[in-house]
Amino acid sequence: MPDLNEMKEVILKYVINEYAEEDDDVTFDTPLISGGLVDSFSMVSLKRFLEVKYKISIPDERATPDAFDNVSKIAALVQEYL
Amino acid sequence: MGYSNKTKQIYTDQLDAIAAAGLFKQERFIHSSQAADIEVEFPSGSAVKKVINICANNYLGLSSHPAVIKAAHEGLDTRGYGMSSVRFICGTQDIHRELEQKMTEFLGTEDTILFPSCMDANAGVFEAILTQDDVIISDRLVHASLVDGIRLCSAMHDTFKHSNMEHLEEKLQLHADKRLKLVVNDGIYSMDGDMAKVDELVALCEKYDAMLLIDESHSSGFIGKTGRGTHEHYGMMGRVDIITTTFGKALGGASGGCVSGRKEIVQMCRQKARPYLFSNTIAPVVVAGVLKVLDILNESTERRDKLERNAAYWRKGLTEAGFILKEGESPIVPVMLFNAKLAQDVSRDLFAEGVYAVGFFFPVVPNGQARIRTQISAGHEIHHLDKALEAFIKVGKKYEILGKSKQEIIDRYGQ
Repeated sequence: MPDLNEMKEVILKYVINEYAEEDDDVTFDTPLISGGLVDSFSMVSLKRFLEVKYKISIPDERATPDAFDNVSKIAALVQEYL
Repeated sequence: MGYSNKTKQIYTDQLDAIAAAGLFKQERFIHSSQAADIEVEFPSGSAVKKVINICANNYLGLSSHPAVIKAAHEGLDTRGYGMSSVRFICGTQDIHRELEQKMTEFLGTEDTILFPSCMDANAGVFEAILTQDDVIISDRLVHASLVDGIRLCSAMHDTFKHSNMEHLEEKLQLHADKRLKLVVNDGIYSMDGDMAKVDELVALCEKYDAMLLIDESHSSGFIGKTGRGTHEHYGMMGRVDIITTTFGKALGGASGGCVSGRKEIVQMCRQKARPYLFSNTIAPVVVAGVLKVLDILNESTERRDKLERNAAYWRKGLTEAGFILKEGESPIVPVMLFNAKLAQDVSRDLFAEGVYAVGFFFPVVPNGQARIRTQISAGHEIHHLDKALEAFIKVGKKYEILGKSKQEIIDRYGQ
């Protein structure tokens, strides 16, 4: 099973590369959805990235804005389905 | 009464908020036909003023061309005013199919289907050809009509950073297992005037077995040696699977649009695209006008050549005067002012000087990217451009922005 901290780094790197502007300071606990960095459309591709990267399937009902609201929460969710 | 005071208040609050943010759009009434010289009533109720128009999509100056008007008259006389029907019931005339065939030849595709507008073409094409098993990967700056069309479709939607081919390739790899993949771009981006890298897009799409859709609304008629569009510019005729475009800009400027491309895709649109199935056929008078426009463009490249010269002349003049422009080669030349109020003030002062150019600011462009978007036409003569340039310089001097850097303008006016 991938190490949690390593996974958080991978997800953080993806989020920064995908969504952040140059002057955005994004950390493991930065609110992504409620903070306006990631919109609901972009959430679909983030979920897709996680599923392909970790070879898992996250049920749609678990992929809520709250569950995707920061990198720590996302990593915790992924861990459940490994 | 269903429209209670409470309901009314909800709307007036929203309208007040739009006005308070300085974002309330007011229309200017034009008392003449569309051309380089127009007569405008603004504000409403004021005397009509003659101004030079440098913000129309009338790229080829064909909106009021005598031969187009004559052809439209003939279309009106021989085919009537309206058809009172959608295409598939009793709304298809011989000239509708003739225009579809001529657009197919003009764009170098396999088949074409007309829509009431390109907005409708973009609203209808995705849902007609894709399902939830598929993915759409669009450039992040594509036109609002494409965004809306994509939202109406059940396919997964992902995006790539503007014109970033490495990012697109990552996304094509990420979605490799999808049944169908469709990459979506504008040919010329309407706010910045930059061109999609069509050659690289085609190569990536062919490598990853993805279809490519390009909206050529701001390029059909004048980009490429004979004005076919960005696919001609890059030598990619026949390799773009779906082209959507409009007749409401360079191609006569009236209305209407189309989806042109692979035969099966056009057939799918004819069977399933809802804006095609459930809205009226394009009026015969418009079809007759567009047919004449295509004749004019097939006879000579004179107008697109003149447009190219005019755009280069305009861009050079503004650059030498010290304005900051978005780089590019298209006739869309954005003059960057960065601050929304400054853009509005400059637009107002230009109008007082006899030049009609509109300020664009958030949410039409990103925050801090306010600008005056100028659009050059083959209908402009050098004297129009010289006079407009003189006005720009006068207003630029007033606001002390000539020769200033982006940071200096932001420091003075804010972002």
